[in-house]
Amino acid sequence: MTVADPVLSLRGATRRFGGLVAVRDFDFDVGEHEVLGLIGPNGSGKSTTLNLISGALKPTSGSIMLRGRTISGLPAQEIARRGIARTFQLVRLLPSLNVLQNVMAGAVFGHRRRWGHEAEAQAMRMLEKVGLARRAHAPVGELTYIDTKRVELARTLAGEPKVLLLDEWLAGLNPTELEEGISLIRALRDEGRTIILVEHVMDAIRSLCDRCVVMSSGAKIAEGSTDEVLSDREVIRAYLGDDDA
Amino acid sequence: MTGTEARNLALAAVAFAVVACLPLAGSAYWLAIGVTIAMYTVLATSWALFSGPTHYISLATAAFFGVGSYTTAIGIEHLPYWTLPPIAGVLGAVLAALVGLATLRLSGVYFVIFTLGLAELVRQVIIWFQNVSGTKGLYVLTSITEAHIFWQLTGLAALVYLVGWAIWRSRLGFALRIIGDDEEVARHSGINTAGAKVLLFMVPGAVAAITGAILAPRYVYIEPATAFTPMLSFQVVIMALLGGTSRLWGPLVGVIPFTFLWEAISASFPNQTTLLLGICFLLIVYLLPKGFVGLLQAARKRVETREAWA
Repeated sequence: MTVADPVLSLRGATRRFGGLVAVRDFDFDVGEHEVLGLIGPNGSGKSTTLNLISGALKPTSGSIMLRGRTISGLPAQEIARRGIARTFQLVRLLPSLNVLQNVMAGAVFGHRRRWGHEAEAQAMRMLEKVGLARRAHAPVGELTYIDTKRVELARTLAGEPKVLLLDEWLAGLNPTELEEGISLIRALRDEGRTIILVEHVMDAIRSLCDRCVVMSSGAKIAEGSTDEVLSDREVIRAYLGDDDA
Repeated sequence: MTGTEARNLALAAVAFAVVACLPLAGSAYWLAIGVTIAMYTVLATSWALFSGPTHYISLATAAFFGVGSYTTAIGIEHLPYWTLPPIAGVLGAVLAALVGLATLRLSGVYFVIFTLGLAELVRQVIIWFQNVSGTKGLYVLTSITEAHIFWQLTGLAALVYLVGWAIWRSRLGFALRIIGDDEEVARHSGINTAGAKVLLFMVPGAVAAITGAILAPRYVYIEPATAFTPMLSFQVVIMALLGGTSRLWGPLVGVIPFTFLWEAISASFPNQTTLLLGICFLLIVYLLPKGFVGLLQAARKRVETREAWA
């Protein structure tokens, strides 16, 4: 399945670690304003795929294009500058900086670059968006778990990226926090942002994703609308094993 | 510029003016101590500009310093003296850029070893050249007095503080704080981490070379063993860590007491200096990992918490 005028495309993206093929010959497209779920069992290569897109890893072969221009092989900072921002599976904040300065990191060095008062105002707007404006001057060490995730999300948004990569952003939240988290991402979706969501939380996938790509053992096994994909026999087998399919 | 910044700037200017009067006091002993303190202040502060935020321990100070000393020793025959410190600065910055490009992509450990080896490498090259050409050391005979050296170093210190302050306020300074916290995040936020580190490493490279150029007339006779002594690199690291690298004024607070301590050690135990330097280093790392600055910040925090509870 191809998308007309995709923002991001992978063509034959492959990553080997020695003899292990973590991602094999992977193709998919993400359209403008689309929220794409990248799902699959543990160890299926989802995080490696995000690392290939964000430039943390270079593909062994194949190519990745942002609006038709090849970005695979570029260093991570160049990819970030061109408009791909990410969160990390384990939240990564800057401990010596306060909440506002953490978010300013994205505003100052991201896709759309600002400096001084402009960067501060942009960071403040992002903190309002994620509901953390009142904690702007707190040290990050004092934050609750979901608030650290909010800071990281605000940091990625601050540079106005074209594509947002969320690596299990909802993982580890308690039920109340999960609801807040889902509505936050839904708000981003309603703003028309282009997002790739690596996620395990099925409720979140159902309510947020337009389309899903399913990976198993490093390869794509299904792609389509979320409902379609989640009822696919192959997908159920990959998640639950043969007996339940 | 805010009101506090303007006030701090004015205070610093007054402090420098007062310090600059030291040679007028007429004591040769205090002037000699003053030169030593000014020299280590310049070296340790510029060292901390790079190593503070990045946590890369550079042991290359002696290499840059020696290159500066030799710039004066060789250049004094052909050029007016006042051109030599700037030339040394350019050479130091270029050498730092080359070292940075070669090593800063690697992890911290490789960087430490490489910088330590660099001083030795440059020294061996000069010894080899001397053996080939049949020369020994070089004489630097000038009419430059101890007071002139002191004033030059004080001026250089003012420049280092201004540069440090300007960097702290700049995008580069912000980028370096982010790199120091988490290099992976820095890269993914769009920061050219290698570029920022190389650019910043050129500052201590240039400053140490200028310092070497300024001090060469004091030593009169320049030879590889004194110009590239590794003790210099270690002393700079110890002083900067003793003071603390998280504030611009931190190293100064380490340089002053350590200079007096070192003065006492070299006078009482001239044959055990290396051993005692090692012990000082261990004590500082174990007892004062964040230096005097860290001690002060912890004390301030305690007071604040007490006030918050009162």
